[in-house]
Order: sequence, then C-alpha cells, then structure tokens
Amino acid sequence: MERLTFDLAAQPLRELNTFLHTGAKEGKVGHVTVLNPDGAHNIAVGLDCPIEVEVVGHAGYYAGGMNKAATVTITGSAGTGVAENMMSGKVHVKGFASNGAGASAHGGLLVIEGDAGLRCGISLKGGNIVVGGSVGSFSAFMAQAGRMVICGDAGDALGDSLYEAVLYVKGEVKSLGADAQYEEMSAEDIAAVASLLDQAGLDHDPKAFKRIASKRSLYHWNADANQEY
Amino acid sequence: MCGIVGLLVKTPALREKLGELMVPMLIGMTERGPDSAGLAVFGNPLAETERKISIYSGLTEDGADFNWLGLGHALKEHLGVAVSIEPKGNHAILSFDVAPAIIKRWIAEHHPKLHILSTGRSIDLYKDIGTPAEVAARYGFAGLTGSHLVGHTRMATESAVTPDRAHPFTAGEDFCLVHNGSLSNPNGIRRMLEPRGIRFETDNDTEAACRFLEWRLREGDDLETALQKGFEELDGFFTFLMGTPDKLALIRDPFACKPAVVAETDDYVAIASEFRSLAHLPGVKHANVFEPAPEEMYVWNA
Repeated sequence: MERLTFDLAAQPLRELNTFLHTGAKEGKVGHVTVLNPDGAHNIAVGLDCPIEVEVVGHAGYYAGGMNKAATVTITGSAGTGVAENMMSGKVHVKGFASNGAGASAHGGLLVIEGDAGLRCGISLKGGNIVVGGSVGSFSAFMAQAGRMVICGDAGDALGDSLYEAVLYVKGEVKSLGADAQYEEMSAEDIAAVASLLDQAGLDHDPKAFKRIASKRSLYHWNADANQEY
Repeated sequence: MCGIVGLLVKTPALREKLGELMVPMLIGMTERGPDSAGLAVFGNPLAETERKISIYSGLTEDGADFNWLGLGHALKEHLGVAVSIEPKGNHAILSFDVAPAIIKRWIAEHHPKLHILSTGRSIDLYKDIGTPAEVAARYGFAGLTGSHLVGHTRMATESAVTPDRAHPFTAGEDFCLVHNGSLSNPNGIRRMLEPRGIRFETDNDTEAACRFLEWRLREGDDLETALQKGFEELDGFFTFLMGTPDKLALIRDPFACKPAVVAETDDYVAIASEFRSLAHLPGVKHANVFEPAPEEMYVWNA
C-alpha cells in the first residue's frame, strides 16, 4: 500500500479532504500523514473507506467527524466535536479533546488518551468512547446506546437523562445526573471494559471500574412526580 | 461568536516583538469575529502622578483628520496643562501630569463626540470596526511593544456594530476586559451599579461585566475575590480575558460554552479562542497546550 503526505502549511485542507473522499476509495493508498494541521477545522471529516490517517499536531473542530471505516489518529489535541456522529472505524486522540467529543456517535471507537472536555459522549447512539484522563460536566447526557470507559474522574451530572448507554468510571464522579445510578459490575461488564481498554491500548484494572446506567424512571411520564425527579 | 486573544511575554527581549507576535493571533480569529477588532496593550507605567488616555475621534466630523495638535493647544490654553499627544489616525494617546478627570471633563464639554477608550498609567487601547487585518494595519498593531496585551475580534450579537461597542471595554484605570459569549443579566447588573454612581457609555452586555469587576477591585477586592464575585453575579455564557498593569486573567462560565486554549512556554503565555491563532508562535510545538477548565481562575503575572 502506498503512503501519502499532505502538508496543510502548503496545501489547502480541501485538497486533503477531496482526496480522502475520492482518490482514497481506489484502495491504493493505505496511509495518509497530515502535517501542520495547526488547529484547522474539519480535518478528515466524512471518511467512508478503511484508510489510516495520521494528523501530526493539534486539530481544530470536528476532526474525524462522521467517520465510517477509517482510522484517524491525532497526535496532539482535538477541538470541539471530535468524531461527532461517527458511524464506524476509530478516532484516536493522543492529547486532550475539547467539548462534545464523540457527540451522537452511532458506532466505532473514540479513544482520548488525555482529558475530554464537557459533554463528552452527549447523545451517544451506539459508539464506544474510552477516555484515558477525566471527562468534564454533563458527559453522556441523554446517551442512548454504546459504552463509555472513563479512566480518570467525571465532572457534574454524569449520565443525566441516560437511556441505554452504559458508563464505566474508575475515578471520582463529582455528581450523577438525573436518572443515572451505580450498578454492580457483572462478569460481562468486566470483560467489556477489558476489551475496550485493550482496543484503546490503555493499561488499567477492569475490576477497578464502577458501572453507571439508567434507573429508567424518566422513561414514562409520572403525573404524580410534581416535577421532582 | 467572537474571538479573544491574549499574549504575555516572560522574556524581556520579546517585549519589542509583542505586536508582531500578536497580529497573526488576531487575524487567525477573523472567522469568529469579522466585524470589529481591538486590543489593549500594557507597557512600562508612567510616573506616579502622570496619566494617559486613549481617545477615538472617528465619531467626530473630522474623523481621522481630527486636529489633535489643536486639542493640545486648547488644553494648554484653557487648563494650563501640558499634554503630549501621539496621534495614530482617528486614535490618539494623550499624556499629562494632572488628575485625568480634569482633562476628561474638559473634553466632554468641548468635544462631546471624542470617545475616551482608556485611562491609566500603563494601558493604551485601540478598537474600531473592520476586519481584524484592516484594524491591525490601520493602527500599526505589529509595531506595538509592551509586556502583555488583550485583543478581541467581534461578531456582534448583543448590540450594534459601532467602534464604541467593540472590545476591549475598560472601566476605571488600567483595567480592561474582552468577552466571547453573551450575558443574560447585564441590565440587572446595570440597575445594581448605576445607583452607586457608576455611569455606562453603551448598551453592551460586556460593559456591565467590565464595570462590575472594576467596581469590585475599586472596593478593595483583590483580582481573585473580584472574579469569584463575578462567578456569583454574572449570568450567561462567557470566556473573559482581563488585563491589569501586571496581570492577565482568564475565566470561563460553568458550562464552558465558549472556547479557550492556552499555550505556555518559558518565553510566553498565549491565549486564544482556538489553537488556530496560536499555531504560528515560536516554539508552540513544544509548548504546554491546555484547555482552561470552566469556573476556574487563571491569572498570569507580567
């Protein structure tokens, strides 16, 4: 397989994304290196073939957004909305990620080795997210399906209005959101955490994680609740 | 949406290059704020009894052709005050050795359309409508020197696009603030401050935050205490970057609705809404790059 390099200090971003949307599908190029991303928005968005993209440096907003089948690695940090609405494949951030990482991801794996900002995994719809560091407040808000593994701490209102996504946290949780509760870790949970940590390349004891899932008390309207939940 | 930038140089040799390093930062935030731009720069303070004011003449009939020299003569003649004037188009910096209220009162009476942008011993301020590149070229931002500066690119949402509603805002002496976001209780803050004799110049929400924090500082709060009161009283979305003669300070609202990123090396601390504005800085590839946490105070000393 061939390797290609795009230097965003010399080439417009559109050239890179156009190649990734067209030429890359011919299957001759297996690996693309992106130099000098310098915080540009929309790097490697909307990919839909199994190509490897390595972004060397800091990416701006929405990097790897809507990803399908591709593997996108960012060696620096990622801005708002990294891997948002990912369908499949993998997005791996070696540094930290800003707000809304992995928002509404339907599938695939998002790995953030550093910390993630606020609202990580908001409205998660089936993707998996592994965060090596801590996540900010309101993470996994209204998350519907998929798993989040958080190796550090979580901020306020973790898993607020959670549906069927399951969260695993190793560190401290500042507060749980409405309708989220701690549950026993089953053998299946431990195996799932072990598998995700392995895929992320992170070394933690899967037994040290706590499971958080929905109480499901918000699923049905309760006229007697008097707006107190 | 708006863009904020800040730069504080730790290495004295870089003071000469402060403006040159900053201009690409400001231009990098053009997409976030294309309608106006401005900055406040802090340098060596004047002597204890001296003061300087930055003035904008763009609202007068003469605009950039305003007769600054004539203003200097008039102040000498009427008030007997020797004023040194550094004109830059429709901006000028006036320095003098009397209480600034005397000069400002005379200007308000005789030239009501002159807009006073800042007062102090260390601060110079420029702001105007136009793209960041246009404003930077108009006032020669690349040639500015000093220890630290606070800049802003504006995409107006809460009040009209006019030079006086551009950022930075100032209050009192040697204090300025830039804002990305929108406050939801600026009128409540105004109603609280106005009976205390604090006068507002615009209907802009950021001015309320600026005057609130400066009021707390004047009441004796240190910067950290004033910012804590800000967290308690100011409601809405904000990333605020503030400058004083010896400090740069940054805070973000509890929801971190508006972005900020910091790059720190042994030579400088640079702050911007997005990394795009930091990418050109020397040594940034090895800088400590981090995202400031919501509801935390970040204060750097010049």
